[in-house]
Amino acid sequence: MKYIDEFQNPDLAGRLLDEIRATVTRPWALMEVCGGQTHSIIRHGIDQLLPPEIELIHGPGCPVCVTPLEMIDKALEIASRPGVIFCSFGDMLRVPGTGRDLFQVRGQGGDVRVVYSPLDALRIAEQNPDREVVFFGIGFETTAPPNAMTVHQARKRNIRNFSLLVSHVRVPPAIDAIMRSPECRVQGFLAAGHVCSVMGTAEYPELARRHQVPIVVTGFEPLDILEGVRRTVLQLERGEHTVENAYQRAVTAEGNPAAQAMLSDVFEVADRAWRGIGVIPDSGWRLSARYRDHDAEHRFSVEGIDTREPAECRSGEVLQGLLKPNECEAFGTTCTPRSPLGATMVSSEGACAAYYLYRRLDAGTPGQRPPASAPTASGTPSPVTASLEGSPLA
Amino acid sequence: MCLAVPGKVLDVEVRDGTRMATVDFGGVVKEVCLEYLPDLKPGEYAIVHVGFALQKLDEESARRTLELFETLGLLQEEFGDPWEAAEAAGGEWPAQDGVGGEVRQ
Repeated sequence: MKYIDEFQNPDLAGRLLDEIRATVTRPWALMEVCGGQTHSIIRHGIDQLLPPEIELIHGPGCPVCVTPLEMIDKALEIASRPGVIFCSFGDMLRVPGTGRDLFQVRGQGGDVRVVYSPLDALRIAEQNPDREVVFFGIGFETTAPPNAMTVHQARKRNIRNFSLLVSHVRVPPAIDAIMRSPECRVQGFLAAGHVCSVMGTAEYPELARRHQVPIVVTGFEPLDILEGVRRTVLQLERGEHTVENAYQRAVTAEGNPAAQAMLSDVFEVADRAWRGIGVIPDSGWRLSARYRDHDAEHRFSVEGIDTREPAECRSGEVLQGLLKPNECEAFGTTCTPRSPLGATMVSSEGACAAYYLYRRLDAGTPGQRPPASAPTASGTPSPVTASLEGSPLA
Repeated sequence: MCLAVPGKVLDVEVRDGTRMATVDFGGVVKEVCLEYLPDLKPGEYAIVHVGFALQKLDEESARRTLELFETLGLLQEEFGDPWEAAEAAGGEWPAQDGVGGEVRQ
C-alpha cells in the first residue's frame, strides 16, 4: 500500500509546516470557505499542528447549512403533498425544518427519494408522467451547473412534470459580505477549490483588491490545505493581497466555460437568504424567465409557511466565523447529530458536525489532539498525514 | 455533497441526445454526463460531481485522491446508502428498501 504509507507519513507534510513556522511572525486569521476543507482540517488536526499565531476560521461553505429554514419548510410542504415525488441528495434528509425533516416526511407516507444526480430525478419524472417530480436544487457553483443542465434537458425533452426547488448560492458575494461585516476578523481566504474548478478565478481579483485580502484557491486534502495556508501567510507577511491558485491540478483560471454558459442561460443572479446570516445581495441564482415553468415555487403554492428557528441555535454565528462550534452552549448538550438544532450539526459538511465527530467538545483547547479513541465515521483521526507527491513543493 | 470525486472514463455514448459516460470511481461504477466536458475520452480522468464531469484531471492526481478518499471512508459517504446513514444518525422511522435504490446504479 505504497500511497497509504506515504499518506500516513507525517515527516513529508512536516516540510510544509516547517516553512509556515519559519514564515509567520505575528497572528493571522484565515478563513477556509469550503465545508469539505473544514472537515479535513478538523479530521487531521491541521489547526492544532499549525503555529499558534495562525487561526483557521470556518466559513459558510456548507450548502446544506446555509439553505434557509424557509426553503427547508417549503421542501417539507411540497414533499408531503399527494401526487408528488420529492427528490433530494441524501444529505438533506435529516436537516431540521420547523418541527420535522424529510426523513420523517417519508416515514409519514411522503414519496421522498434520494438521488445521486439530478438527472436521476429527471428520469423518475419521465417514468412517472402522472406524478409531479420536484428536485431540491441547493448548493454552490459546483452543484448549480448539473441542476441547470437538468432543467435545460427537461425543457428540451418536453418533460413537463419536472420542477426544481431552487436555493442556489454563490461564493464571491458571501466573501464580500463577510469582509464588509464590522465584526470581521478574516485576513486571508482559502478559496473553495471545486467552486473554482467550475467558475475559474476571474471573480476573485476584484475582491482581493477591494478588501486588501489574499485569496488562495485551495483543495481539501491535508497537503492542499497546508500549501494554501503557506501561500496565504507568505502574502500576509509581505503585505500582499493577490489571488493565487494552489490547486492547479483541478482548477484553471477560466474554469469550465460550458458550465458557465449553461448557468447564464438557465439561471439569473438574484438576492438570496442564507440561513443564520440573512439576505446577501446577488448571492444566489433563480431560474430565468424562460425556465419559470420548471420553478417549483411557481408551480406549488408554498407561501406563508410559519417558520420558527430554534432560539438557542447559533449556527448563523458559526457560519460567519464569529463563533467556534464548541463555544455554543447547546453544542453537545441540547444539540447533537441525533437531535440537531440546526443544519451545521447534521450536515456531512457542517462545522458543528465536524467538531462533534472528531470530539472537539471543549472550547479553548487549541493544541490538544483528538483522543485516539474518538469515534469517527471512518476510522481514527490522525494528525496531518499526506504525501508530498503532487505538491508544488515536491 | 460538495465533494467531487475523480473517476476514470470507461466508455462514452450519446443517449437521448446527451453525451454520457460510464465512469469508474475506484470500483463503484456510475453513469456520468459529459455535456460540460465533451472531449473527455475513455481512459481519461475527471472530477465528477453529482453525476457530471466538471474538470479534467491527470491520472496520478486522480489515483492519489481516490486512494485518499477510500482510506478516509469518503467514498462510502458519497456512494453509500443515505437512508441507512440517516437512520443510524437517529431517524425515528425505519428506512424503507428499494425507493432510493431504483435510480442508483
